[in-house]
Amino acid sequence: MAVREAEPVGSLQEVKEAGLDREDLLAIYRNLLITRGIEERGHILYKQGKIPGSFYTGRGNEGAAVGLGMAMGPNDVGTPLHRDMGVHITRGVEPWRIFAQYMGREGGPTRGRDGNVHMAVAELGLHTMVSHLPAMLPVATGMALAFKIRGDRRVAVGWFGEGAAARGDAHEAMNMAGVRQLPVVFVCDNNQWAYSTPTYLSYPIEHIADRAAAYGFEGVVVDGTDVLAVYREARRAIEKARDGGGPTLIECLTLRMEGHAVHDDAFYVPKEMFEQWAAQDPIERYRTWLYAHAGLTEDEESELTAAVKRILNDALERADESPLPESATLEASVFASPEDLDTPHHK
Amino acid sequence: MAEMTYIQAISDALRVEMRRDPRVFLLGEDVGVYGGAFKVSLGFQEEFGPWRVIDTPLSETAIVGGATGAALMGLRPVAEMQFADFISCAWDQLVTVAAKQFFRGGTPIPIVVRLPSGGGFSGGPFHSQNPESSFAHIPGLKVVCPATPHDAKGLLAASIEDPNPVLFFEHKHLYRRIKGEVPEDRYTVPFGYANVHRPGDDATIVTWGAMVHTATEAADELAKEGFEAEVLDLRTLIPWDKDRVLEGVQRCSKVLVLHEDTRTGGFGAEIAATIAEEVFEHLDAPVKRIAAPDTPVPFSPPLEKAFIPQVDDVVKALRELAEY
Repeated sequence: MAVREAEPVGSLQEVKEAGLDREDLLAIYRNLLITRGIEERGHILYKQGKIPGSFYTGRGNEGAAVGLGMAMGPNDVGTPLHRDMGVHITRGVEPWRIFAQYMGREGGPTRGRDGNVHMAVAELGLHTMVSHLPAMLPVATGMALAFKIRGDRRVAVGWFGEGAAARGDAHEAMNMAGVRQLPVVFVCDNNQWAYSTPTYLSYPIEHIADRAAAYGFEGVVVDGTDVLAVYREARRAIEKARDGGGPTLIECLTLRMEGHAVHDDAFYVPKEMFEQWAAQDPIERYRTWLYAHAGLTEDEESELTAAVKRILNDALERADESPLPESATLEASVFASPEDLDTPHHK
Repeated sequence: MAEMTYIQAISDALRVEMRRDPRVFLLGEDVGVYGGAFKVSLGFQEEFGPWRVIDTPLSETAIVGGATGAALMGLRPVAEMQFADFISCAWDQLVTVAAKQFFRGGTPIPIVVRLPSGGGFSGGPFHSQNPESSFAHIPGLKVVCPATPHDAKGLLAASIEDPNPVLFFEHKHLYRRIKGEVPEDRYTVPFGYANVHRPGDDATIVTWGAMVHTATEAADELAKEGFEAEVLDLRTLIPWDKDRVLEGVQRCSKVLVLHEDTRTGGFGAEIAATIAEEVFEHLDAPVKRIAAPDTPVPFSPPLEKAFIPQVDDVVKALRELAEY
């Protein structure tokens, strides 16, 4: 089973065939802008000293994340990572909660127990990542196992990076999913740099997706800066899994356009590489496509960008109103009580 | 009531839970067709089918991580490590993911990991360990160590019912050696309550797992000399019954802390420190501690005998307490 390289999406007709109407197309643009806007504002807050700890962004990966998020069904679940803000946004996390999370406030999804992008809102089908990558892949496999046992027509999506692909968790998760043909889609955000480690020091083959063959399922490489191509491939893989066709490994190729975190100036990334990938910025690329194929007008665009700006301003204001957690609550949150069980995300 | 071995009580608990709750399922290496390395789930696949008794690849990380994911989706997984020793391969999934997910994400992880542990039959360094203290140190995990068939059944039911990750250490040396009366109906033994396995007022022995029986034999020996030691079986380490331990120390004024795990950083150290902090003035003798030496579990019988605390070691320590 050779790895397949996904075709770019060219026309509006292709997009319609993939299941998106014009409203969806504008929603994608809005989600891309919010995703980048949150991370840009977060970066400023960090520099102002308003965010403790460190700060990570997914600049360059917005298209891959939003495309995947759009392709998931309402009852599907996933474990997005620190470059996947677009998944949270697309699933409907309120932006103020993300700023609250950054600032360690009660209103953040982890109520100040964890920071930065270590968060998820379970009611939206997302479950929070840990720093140990790719430890959430076996968890995604387990979610899919639950669906298979119960006969649910639901799909789990597990994310990892090309760096984390070197760890054993990735192997165990994909092998077990392949053995049991579970409804799970593995998404490799291949941004070409694991902190300072280039791909040729992370893996000795052409594509991470080549490994899918070793687990008995299909692998596909897609241009992660093409949100529509990512959407189409993700939709295909998710619906295949839903229909009992087993897992798929989707490798989204991008470039991490900033350092590993904001303290890292990424001096080790060749300048030409940044220049080359800047020319295919996922948001600019999609904007151009919208003008060319979906009849986006300047009025529509300025209305949209103004709306996003408002959303972000309001979100910041609301996040700032959210209180810091009470230290007296610390020890009470280690163990769950029976009443914490069987909340909506469990069903 | 029926007389059951310790291992039969574990099987019985699993069967009862799986019959009453369709969300409960088993996963692990060789648990299905083969019935588990120790035959705990023998015949289960016939009764419950291959999707509730799941034979996995040799993948401890995927077993525990998979259990975590399935629990997040509302199931009640019971994962089996073939030997407790192999839990080291799944450390990250337990300690990094399962233990911290409720604290961080507010989502409970109701999983049970069954861990056949302990030595006494030349299992060597990788089939004999008692790693409970390592996990007792991790906030977010519960640690259960039954010593009797009655408690094995009731604590396993309570573990499955608990909304948190529970490590269920079942002592292999007790599997077929210990028999006892076990109610046929379902019942739970609540966490955090020690059991007086043998009453006494002259000293209290705080212990758990297979050492409960070692301690009892030793206490019976000392009773012939008129020294009655209480054997307090903690049953669960997280949470542990601090109140009952401190009460025993206050009443008896002499205490022996005993465990099969190695000494340094063992859970006995936590107990001894708590006694020193809270009831020091009630002690008539220094706290005694018996544990395995700080070595890997050895293979050859004389070495293993030197490693695992023996009845004679406990008798000697009790005599020293009696004479103090």
